[in-house]
Amino acid sequence: MTGFNTFWYCFKQGLKSIKRNILFSMASIATVAACIFLFSLFYSIVMNVQHITKEAETTVGITVFFDEGLSDEQKSAIGDMIKEKPGIKELRYISAEEAWDSFKTDYFGDDSEELAEAFADDNPLATSDNYEIFLENISDQQAMVQYIESLDGVREVNYSNAVVSAMSGMNRIISILSGAIIAVLIAVAIFLISNTISVAAAFRKRENEIMKLIGATNFMIRAPFVVEGVIIGFVGALIPVAAMYFIYKRAAAYVIEHYLQYTRLFEMIPLNEIFPAIVAVAMTLGVGMGFLVSFFTIRKHLKV
Amino acid sequence: MIELKNVCKTYETGNKAIRNINLNIRDGEFVFIVGKSGSGKSTLFKLLTRELKATSGEIIVNGCDLNKIKRRNIPKYRRTLGVVFQDFRLLYDRNVFENVAFAQRVIGASGSEIKRNVPEMLKLTGLGAKYKSYPNHLSGGEQQRVAIARALINHPQVLLADEPTGNLDSYNTHEIMRLLETVNSMGTTVIVITHSKEMVSEMKKRVITMDKGLIVSDEYPEKKPVSVMPVMGNSRSRGKSRRRPENTDDRI
Repeated sequence: MTGFNTFWYCFKQGLKSIKRNILFSMASIATVAACIFLFSLFYSIVMNVQHITKEAETTVGITVFFDEGLSDEQKSAIGDMIKEKPGIKELRYISAEEAWDSFKTDYFGDDSEELAEAFADDNPLATSDNYEIFLENISDQQAMVQYIESLDGVREVNYSNAVVSAMSGMNRIISILSGAIIAVLIAVAIFLISNTISVAAAFRKRENEIMKLIGATNFMIRAPFVVEGVIIGFVGALIPVAAMYFIYKRAAAYVIEHYLQYTRLFEMIPLNEIFPAIVAVAMTLGVGMGFLVSFFTIRKHLKV
Repeated sequence: MIELKNVCKTYETGNKAIRNINLNIRDGEFVFIVGKSGSGKSTLFKLLTRELKATSGEIIVNGCDLNKIKRRNIPKYRRTLGVVFQDFRLLYDRNVFENVAFAQRVIGASGSEIKRNVPEMLKLTGLGAKYKSYPNHLSGGEQQRVAIARALINHPQVLLADEPTGNLDSYNTHEIMRLLETVNSMGTTVIVITHSKEMVSEMKKRVITMDKGLIVSDEYPEKKPVSVMPVMGNSRSRGKSRRRPENTDDRI
């Protein structure tokens, strides 16, 4: 019961302190909220760009064509040599018939049977059987292409990394930019929380001195300030989390309405998948920052 | 039991505030420590509350060796003390009840314990009717009573009072001293630090006089006082006392 009474007392004192220094507390909450909002926003963007990049990677592969007259055993041997290399996610043999069927579907559409009738007994892609290769990491593509091109029996290697490299580049720029902005905001938030706690400590100097002399423990003297920091962090995280819920929902609906009918490339991570992560990140950042900053600030100011 | 053996305190500035003091105070005693400004009284007070650590020597209070006590155990030790100051050190944004309850909250007392104990203590200190008042609306004497109530609420073994009547008129001084005597009669050791030797001579209690960091006299009353009178004028010669040499252990 004693522990609970002490905790409850410290909690109430923390709340009182926020009320007493309401302007400083509001400034701290606003800064933490702005910091976490931008963090959540950039987090969502980075996660979505990564998601889109990943999706794109699964659709972009390497196609390996063989020299004419190569036997099935030789083609199989080439396949085995490629499989030996690390980083291969999938290697699939596409026969000439499958290549022609795929071509018909892609280019002739619903009328494929009629339009392809002229080639009934003559597969124009007879020499286009190939290996379709998908890599675990698209950044390994260039090295893999060079390796395959060096193999005997390989006529041509097709690949395209324009989209993926653009995505990766964009992802990198967004990550660096968001990292820099967030670092500045975190520094400002740390300064403001620390300042709020320092003001609260100065305001309660007399009370803390009395507490010390009548036998209050370090925990009891410091806890209200830490509670204050944690509440500032928690409220500061709650606001952007709520804002992100509505903004993300709107953005996802907008993308579906305006872009998904043309291409699935811009498909966003569903809200119910990304939101728990946003909540976890925001709360950890807000509460963690509030706790750590107030803990270390009060340690500095209150030599008990 | 409070025991000081060869205690010295030298500040970082080189000022020797306490010079090789030896002192014994038994449980339940009422002791005045008097001396001029700079005599070392306040340093002694701070050594006893463990705000300061002695440079050398041994201070044992309620069984705790204050030079060896671990930092984390200091709050526990301080809970065996009650402290009262000249400037009251009350919380002016809280009423009388809250000021006294504050000391109970520090030790983690429950709401029901606080509701039971605080009115009892306010009654003892004569503040029963003023529990809702704020310190600014009380007289100096009443504020000091609040401070004493706060010091006593956790039933300390020792009450340390640093110039408790320094800001009070003679009537309130008399009232506060009578209250401290009541507290002492209930078994609490009371140590009052003051610079007013005139006031203490009326009380017929043990008087330790300090000067330049030394105990220059340790006087015991010949008999218990019949009544406590307000201090009026120069009463230095009124109380008969027998002087004992400094640092003698034969009484303990």
